[in-house]
Amino acid sequence: MSQPDVVLRAKKVRKEYGLTVALNDVDFDLVRGKVTTLFGENGAGKSTLMKILAGIERPTSGSLELDGQDISFSNSTHAKSHGISIIHQELSLAPNLTVRDNMFLGSEIRSMGGRVNYTAENDKVREIMKRLQHNIRPDELVGDLRLGQQQIVEIARALASDARILIMDEPTSALSNVEIEILFTVIEDLKSHGVSIIYISHHLEEALHVADYIYVLRDSNMIATDEAKNVDLPGIVRMMIGREGVGATALDQKTDQIVLEIRNLTIADPSNPARLAIDNFSLKVHAGEVVCLYGQMGAGRTELLETIAGRLHQISGEILLNGVDISGLTIGNRIKTGVALVPEDRQRDGLVQLLTVGHNISLSSVSDFVKKFIMRTNPEIVSIEKKIQDVRVKTSSHKSLITSLSGGNQQKVVIGKVLLTGPKAIILDEPTRGIDVGAKAEIFQLLTEQAKHGLAVLFATSEISEAMTAANRIVVLSKGHISAEMDPKKVSQPDVMAAADDKTSKRRIGAGA
Amino acid sequence: MSNIVSKVKKNPFAGFTFSKLLTEGRAFIALAVIIVVFAYLSPNYLNLSNVIVMTRHVGLNALLAIGMLLVILTAGIDLSVGSTVGLSGVLAGFMLMQGIQVPGTHTVLYPSVWVIVVLCLFAGALVGLLNGILITRFKVAPFITTLGTLYVVRGTALLIAKGETFNDMTGKPELGNTGFNVLGLGKFLGLPTGVWVMIGVALLTAVLLTKTVFGRWLYALGGNERAAELSGVPIKRVKIWVYTLSGVCAAATGLIIASELTAGAPQTGQSYELNAIAAVVIGGAALSGGRGHIRGTLLGAFVIGFLGDGLVIVGVSSFWQMVIQGAVIILAVALDEAQQSSKKKQKLAKAASDK
Ligand SMILES: Nc1ncnc2c1ncn2[C@@H]1O[C@H](COP(=O)(O)OP(=O)(O)OP(=O)(O)O)[C@@H](O)[C@H]1O
Ligand SMILES: [Mg+2]
Repeated sequence: MSQPDVVLRAKKVRKEYGLTVALNDVDFDLVRGKVTTLFGENGAGKSTLMKILAGIERPTSGSLELDGQDISFSNSTHAKSHGISIIHQELSLAPNLTVRDNMFLGSEIRSMGGRVNYTAENDKVREIMKRLQHNIRPDELVGDLRLGQQQIVEIARALASDARILIMDEPTSALSNVEIEILFTVIEDLKSHGVSIIYISHHLEEALHVADYIYVLRDSNMIATDEAKNVDLPGIVRMMIGREGVGATALDQKTDQIVLEIRNLTIADPSNPARLAIDNFSLKVHAGEVVCLYGQMGAGRTELLETIAGRLHQISGEILLNGVDISGLTIGNRIKTGVALVPEDRQRDGLVQLLTVGHNISLSSVSDFVKKFIMRTNPEIVSIEKKIQDVRVKTSSHKSLITSLSGGNQQKVVIGKVLLTGPKAIILDEPTRGIDVGAKAEIFQLLTEQAKHGLAVLFATSEISEAMTAANRIVVLSKGHISAEMDPKKVSQPDVMAAADDKTSKRRIGAGA
Repeated sequence: MSNIVSKVKKNPFAGFTFSKLLTEGRAFIALAVIIVVFAYLSPNYLNLSNVIVMTRHVGLNALLAIGMLLVILTAGIDLSVGSTVGLSGVLAGFMLMQGIQVPGTHTVLYPSVWVIVVLCLFAGALVGLLNGILITRFKVAPFITTLGTLYVVRGTALLIAKGETFNDMTGKPELGNTGFNVLGLGKFLGLPTGVWVMIGVALLTAVLLTKTVFGRWLYALGGNERAAELSGVPIKRVKIWVYTLSGVCAAATGLIIASELTAGAPQTGQSYELNAIAAVVIGGAALSGGRGHIRGTLLGAFVIGFLGDGLVIVGVSSFWQMVIQGAVIILAVALDEAQQSSKKKQKLAKAASDK
């Protein structure tokens, strides 16, 4: 076997946060011009390793080697000057700046005299966006973009730096299938130009598909590495979680009782009020039923779910919970009556970063622990700890700061918060964003379990395998309309995807039923 | 790993270690330095009577600062409190000296002192309510809103008093409105009423912040407003309450000052809002919201008060006083930035070892 050409190497890298060992003497080789995929459960230490490679964090011990030379990065700018660029798992864009300013923040193109050359920057933005087949304009405010578009900007920023080592930590968690395909062609293109890529994703098929080499981290230890052609998906899952992977399966436990009913709901697009995001939408969700809202980005899923939760307001139509119209209620009162939302963007809408894990979990139900105006902390802590176990948050204590958790565990905290309110109907917007296979199955199992006790579940996803396995019923949303309602047991994956594609879809209500 | 940790015996005084004091209490350090320096420079500085006088001054700023802390925790700011101090004193003077004319008659009512107190506090609450409504319903930024009300309220105070000062606010026995000066000059267990008010309000607010739902909401709202809203926190209501409470604190301060001086001047309280903000910030709160506590704010108020009075006692010129006070504010906050990172690390280690 010929010795592969290693461009970046980590030797016995160790990282400790207080008493938490995030990386336990890990070795890692990045081969030039190839894609190396890193697999591992939530909290396995993937992002930590990436941050060390990109100079953002310093290892507790161990060393790095770049092109065969020992190197130690003092900060991310230093790493960047050696051509290492990173796409962060949690978006790190400034919402008040334009796409262009975000992309060139800290590395502005300057003309003579030191002034920023906006024309050159704009051209570069357009060129990269064209490569990504997007028409995001350079002067758009990042804060006005959808989450998926923001992720595109994040990718574009990394491309703009002309890096020779590109780290992608969950670049696709908010992207549609089409956008992921485009990203893959870009990756192929980069590879042919000799760029070395580290790729992390909890969409395992996709991650294995792009990989040339794979690494698996489990509980802070690097437990396996191989060429991608020698491994298969079940094998990777086994290595990641240490046992056979189980997919979540929907149980047929639907009852006749309607919990959540939506009647003729019409919602304006918040970013463009002249357009309708949701047009005359009706749906019934029964107790015990798990309904999947499948559709592409921009189909109106988030708008629909946020309206049910009370953040947005409809133009017309009704939202009924157990037969009572809740459209007039505040968000807080909707939560009390029993509808709660797990939002799409956990950093922006789901978590309070300054609070502890525990206080985040109890945030929506603090009033339940009040006796004579004073909060009773003991019952509160008992409930919090129970939820931490229920949703299996990996944390050293409920007193840890929420920001010290890995991305997937933060997501579990948001779900725990919502479950603690004792909802009758739970709505989830992309609930498995950034969550590992094991936890994905766990979360849907959890929802199925809750459904058994009469919970109505409505979740939105753009991941087709999730729609097929976890739901009792798939409602396909396309451009604000229901384009099909299907029974996942009776249709095939391509059928569902075709129905969601706004170009091919026709009204096919009941197809396959 | 966790086995090893659980064997470490828990030290009951672990919360009060010296290193924690260093990292937590920059205000504490500042205060200690100030006391030591001035005690050295002036033998009278640490006289019991002088300490009580200084504490009385501190109490006034602390009362404002407590209200300000609530506002700052929501990432807001209340610039109108100084004006409300003036308004409250003037209102008290007006009602005490000129009474309230019943509309359409020639009858003039002289309310008793406790009614005046309640009405003045109510006026403060109204100013705060106005701030809160403008900020939440009309989405005017807190800085702009309260800058506006700063002028409006000060103007109103001047209008009511016609630019004059109400002197000799002792009341008349035949009108049944005596006793106003108790608030400022009365003593209980050797401490002036104002100090007791500060202690009472501080304790109540500490409970409010740490033990009630409202407190939890406040920190969540300041930490991430969108997430708090989606979690069911009634953010508008919380904000309106916060500004209202700040207004009440300001009115109470105005009453105490008027009572101490037995005079209500419409100019009272000018630039007090800045002292209050300084106390909150020295006490470790973040202007971006979500971080801060009563303990720190009180210490901050003591730093400013003891420093200011100390400079007067040792005879530093008032120009230099300003320069030094400004420098201390910047120094205290700059120190904090340096300490935040080490504090974070300790917290993580502690969180990891708690399990
Ligand atoms: N700043 C920090 N302070 C304390 N602990 C941390 C910090 N960052 C990460 N950790 C801990 O280190 C471990 C590894 O976290 P990391 O973010 O690398 O996981 P990950 O593999 O990227 O997971 P995910 O798939 O959920 O993103 C976790 O247990 C996490 O709680
Ligand atoms: Mg990660």
